[in-house]
Amino acid sequence: MLGLERVTKAYSSRRGTVHALRDICLKIERGSFVTITGPSGSGKTTLLLTIGGLIRPTSGRVEFHGTDLCTLSERHLAAYRNQKIGFVLQSFNLIPYLSAYENTMVPMSLRNGATNNHEQKAKALLDRLGLADRMDHLPRELSVGQQQRVAIARALGNDPEVILADEPTGNLDPTLSAEILSILRDLNEKDGRTVIMVTHSPEAARMGRHHVRLVDGCCVEADGVAATR
Amino acid sequence: MRLRTLLWKELWLRKSRMMSGLLAITLGIAVIVGIQSVTAVSERAVKIKLDNLGANILVLPQAASVDDYYTADIDAPTFPEDYVERVATSMLPGVDNLSPKLTRRVKVGDVPVILTGILPANELASKPIWQSAGLAGAELAAACGPSPEVNKGRSFVDEKLQRKAIDSLAPGELLVGSVVGQRLNLKDGSKVVIQGREFTTARVLPETGTIDDDRIYAHLHVVQDLLGTGSQVSAIEIMGCCSAISDGLLGKLRNILPDTRITTIGQIVNTQIETNRLMAKVSLILLVIIFLVGAISIANYMWANVEERRREIGTLLTLGATRGSVYRLFLAKATILGLLGGIGGYLLGTFSALVLGPQLAGLAVEPVPVYLAWSLLFAVAIALLGSWYPTYRATRLDPASILQEF
Ligand SMILES: Nc1ncnc2c1ncn2[C@@H]1O[C@H](COP(=O)(O)OP(=O)(O)O)[C@@H](O)[C@H]1O
Ligand SMILES: [Mg+2]
Repeated sequence: MLGLERVTKAYSSRRGTVHALRDICLKIERGSFVTITGPSGSGKTTLLLTIGGLIRPTSGRVEFHGTDLCTLSERHLAAYRNQKIGFVLQSFNLIPYLSAYENTMVPMSLRNGATNNHEQKAKALLDRLGLADRMDHLPRELSVGQQQRVAIARALGNDPEVILADEPTGNLDPTLSAEILSILRDLNEKDGRTVIMVTHSPEAARMGRHHVRLVDGCCVEADGVAATR
Repeated sequence: MRLRTLLWKELWLRKSRMMSGLLAITLGIAVIVGIQSVTAVSERAVKIKLDNLGANILVLPQAASVDDYYTADIDAPTFPEDYVERVATSMLPGVDNLSPKLTRRVKVGDVPVILTGILPANELASKPIWQSAGLAGAELAAACGPSPEVNKGRSFVDEKLQRKAIDSLAPGELLVGSVVGQRLNLKDGSKVVIQGREFTTARVLPETGTIDDDRIYAHLHVVQDLLGTGSQVSAIEIMGCCSAISDGLLGKLRNILPDTRITTIGQIVNTQIETNRLMAKVSLILLVIIFLVGAISIANYMWANVEERRREIGTLLTLGATRGSVYRLFLAKATILGLLGGIGGYLLGTFSALVLGPQLAGLAVEPVPVYLAWSLLFAVAIALLGSWYPTYRATRLDPASILQEF
């Protein structure tokens, strides 16, 4: 279970302070599918990265199964990102000099301890995503749809409980978008993972059983995930 | 897969870019090794020339003046020949080519000449006590300059300058200075009678323009016998390593031989010390310049590399890498580049010195294996120094802001 309690994030720079998130309160049950929408600059990415432990909020609490992420050390926060969260980003961010297969293994190799079975797990994941015949290709030798599927396979490397997707279809045409969205639905419905997805597209937004809308850093709609104050 | 796999893959798949960074270190090290190899040889060459200026320390009897050494009066004071062994067995560092001399004015027919008894080099070496001292001498030669073989092998022999290297001299033989030779009309092989004893002229020495031209050299023990002085000498000439002289060699000698006068031949020592200082300074300046150039060029490469990989760093942090592991990844890369550059630079530098040394400077250069260790150390230090800051900056980056940039 994920809980956000009065989360505020302010970016301070020489040009002044930007309030990217103001007083966000959410309660997301395990296994939910939540979509986040809002105009550009409304704080969607900031919200997602805050949940993922990449941004420490200026004030407020982010709780994962009762643990406040702010209290975790850098090392534990890294382990949280590595094992509990799978990130799928708009621009894929595959490592350019690694093959699809090796990219999929990166989160596994960042995990302390367990070093076995990486190859088998990576093969199984790429197989599941229909990339069995593209394993040894470098990212630049893959189509955008294939690259996004490699990114999803990589996000699943350590079998995370939560998938955080930031506009995963933003760079894809409608057919490919539908393909990626159905993969994400599978991850939610078949695997029972929590999926939180930022999107611009209304159809994609309709996929979520729960819905959050941000405007100017404020949560103006929190259908089914509103926390009772 | 391990995280370090990333390192190898990146180096391998971006070979061409890696090569430019590697080239910077390699060339830097190559220049250092090349210059150092040539400098080492030319330093030795200069030292050989300097040492050929002759002995630079004189041990004289307490009562003698330096004038006595040159004029060689009949009653000039003397001291026991054993003093030579005292110095030799003391194993003082920086002492080489001890040469005892006994000098007296004598007449050959009506012509006054200076007769000097010397011990040829081969007899010094053949005495057991000298052999043990010779060990120290070998080390000294390495630290301090030439052995006669090195000297000959490198064709630095200069007849006029070579006062010390008289390798062998039989009891019945003489070496004759050029002026005396002319006056007595002597040739190689001529017979000469001195104080009733017949000698053969082994060689008439080339003209030097010094007092030596008026001298006749004979074996020390023969001269002692002839003049009835017993086992006495009038001087010991010593070639002291000039750095040892600056470190107080004279004082140490005075402790061993308290009842003697020990002086340096000032001009020679000063020239030697000055020249050595100058060479050391030039080498140091070159080293500093090259260190800076090397560090800057590798820093430049690593900086560009880190900048180019910001997004990758952000991705790794997102996927659960700690800052420490990213830091280690980049520093490991720098170390590898340093090691490769060190080896490559050593090989390239040595090879260039071997090829160019003889052609450009007329010096036969030899590979110096110790430089390999120095090259590795130096290159890794440069690479780490150049990479440390960009890597530090990269790991300080906020992964969120990197990801939001794109
Ligand atoms: N690293 C940053 N430094 C300063 N301001 C930032 C930073 N990241 C985002 N912002 C600002 O915070 C606001 C929200 O950004 P973001 O979360 O990226 O919005 P969205 O994803 O909805 O477009 C924007 O006004 C943006 O300019
Ligand atoms: Mg965004």
